Amino acid sequence: METEPKAKLVLDHLDFFYGDRRVLRDVNLSIPENGIFAIFGPANSGTTTLLRALNRLSDLSTESRSTGRILLDGKDIRDPGQSVTELRRRIGMVFDVPVPLPMSIYDNLAYGPRRSGVRDRATLDAKVEDALRRSVLWDEVKDRLDAPATRLSGGQQQRLCIARILALEPEVIVLDRPCAALDPVSTGKIEESLQQLKERITIVIAPHSIQQTARVSDRAAFLLSGSLIEEGPTSRMFANPQDSRTSDYLTGRFG
Amino acid sequence: MTPFKERIPGFVFLLFALSALSALALIAAFLFVEGVPLIAKVGVGPFLFGMKWAPSQGLYGIFPMIVGTVAVTLGAAVLGVPVALACAVFLTEFAPRAVSAVVRPAIQLLAGIPSVVYGFWGLIFIVPAIRTWFGGPGLSLLAGSVILAIMILPTIISIAEVSLNALPRLYKEGALALGMTHWQAIRTVLIPSAKSGILAAVILGIGRAIGETMAVIMVLGNAVALPRSILDPARTLTTNIGIEMGYASGDHQQALFATGIVLLLIIMALNSLAQVAVNRRRT
Repeated sequence: METEPKAKLVLDHLDFFYGDRRVLRDVNLSIPENGIFAIFGPANSGTTTLLRALNRLSDLSTESRSTGRILLDGKDIRDPGQSVTELRRRIGMVFDVPVPLPMSIYDNLAYGPRRSGVRDRATLDAKVEDALRRSVLWDEVKDRLDAPATRLSGGQQQRLCIARILALEPEVIVLDRPCAALDPVSTGKIEESLQQLKERITIVIAPHSIQQTARVSDRAAFLLSGSLIEEGPTSRMFANPQDSRTSDYLTGRFG
Repeated sequence: MTPFKERIPGFVFLLFALSALSALALIAAFLFVEGVPLIAKVGVGPFLFGMKWAPSQGLYGIFPMIVGTVAVTLGAAVLGVPVALACAVFLTEFAPRAVSAVVRPAIQLLAGIPSVVYGFWGLIFIVPAIRTWFGGPGLSLLAGSVILAIMILPTIISIAEVSLNALPRLYKEGALALGMTHWQAIRTVLIPSAKSGILAAVILGIGRAIGETMAVIMVLGNAVALPRSILDPARTLTTNIGIEMGYASGDHQQALFATGIVLLLIIMALNSLAQVAVNRRRT
């Protein structure tokens, strides 16, 4: 039997609405600390909504509304005393389309540390290098850190975005189909960096394919039309799904 | 080879496009035919840099008007651009939908007010205000700049707003996801990303200010001397043509066309600058 690690994130009876549309239905989920947790399901299942709720990007839509609780280390992230900017530093997010800031590679990475008050050039250099090494990008960009980040290829930009989040030293990284627009080689590099990161960071990912779910995740949750169908260790779920809808989806009978 | 029938629409549209272009070509040609001989007669240096404009004595120096044009336009930009950009950012980022639904059409309405109305309002309201508060005759560079600053607002606001709105939503979300505050996201990501569009907006606004005639005639005082301060009256290239075209003939009339050439060249240069700014966005 697996040992029960500490729960990093807990979703407690989470319902989510856009206007009248109910996007998440009573989702209860416990995401353990460290490791890679995949949330997967067919299009329009609510995976993106769930991920965006985790660092409150969903607040941006004026029509959204939710009930239930999301706990980070046991504390409700929507507590009125919780600073949203601080929350977003603890829970970093990577999108399906890479979004480099319109500045140099170095400044993209140094932005977070500078904001937290790091001024010393040597410390910044070290943080930038460390973040780039951990996202497996260092060797490709170490000679052109002053080049604009927009000159990088799509796969490099995505790894830059991961590195930028890492430089903020987050506790959780949320990735929404991070490889959807990338070729297999870039995808492989990102998956490689995720495997190294999961030792120290909790990773929540919405993979863009069932295959990626199987390759990268330790545990997985299957969402369908906003409801949580099944959750458990990925290997067990793929070998022996407990719900017939999960096995239908995994074997390609729908979705 | 495309069948002839399918190429007809192309020809028809080409014809209409050319008719628009031919207007430009005709005006430019006319300006040059009428104006160049006078410039040749006076000399390029004395024409552009001559300090005295006295058609009755055969003196055609437009330097004071070039200075007037540059000064009044610069003043309009200094006063108008910050307000316009702040307004564009407000509309795209801060205004609740109900507010922007009122403000946006109101700003468009600003563009629909005839320039003679701006001028009249300036003459009745701005000019006396300047005379009372700052001294001088009131009819001044400052009055012209204030009026032009208001007139270029809609141009700059709409174009800047369009380029801010055209940014992918992910730019903002990506910045916020890094723990930036809303204002930091605007300052470090959104405005720099829309930089070229905003620059184009400013240049087109300035182009509008340079070309404006009627409102400026009414509040600028139109003295043909080099202005010494922003409270002095001045004359611009456009107002020079507007004021004197009614009675000019011979060399005098040609000198006005020559003024038009200088104006056309300045505006063409500005428009190309705007084009370069816009194109840079795509690379």
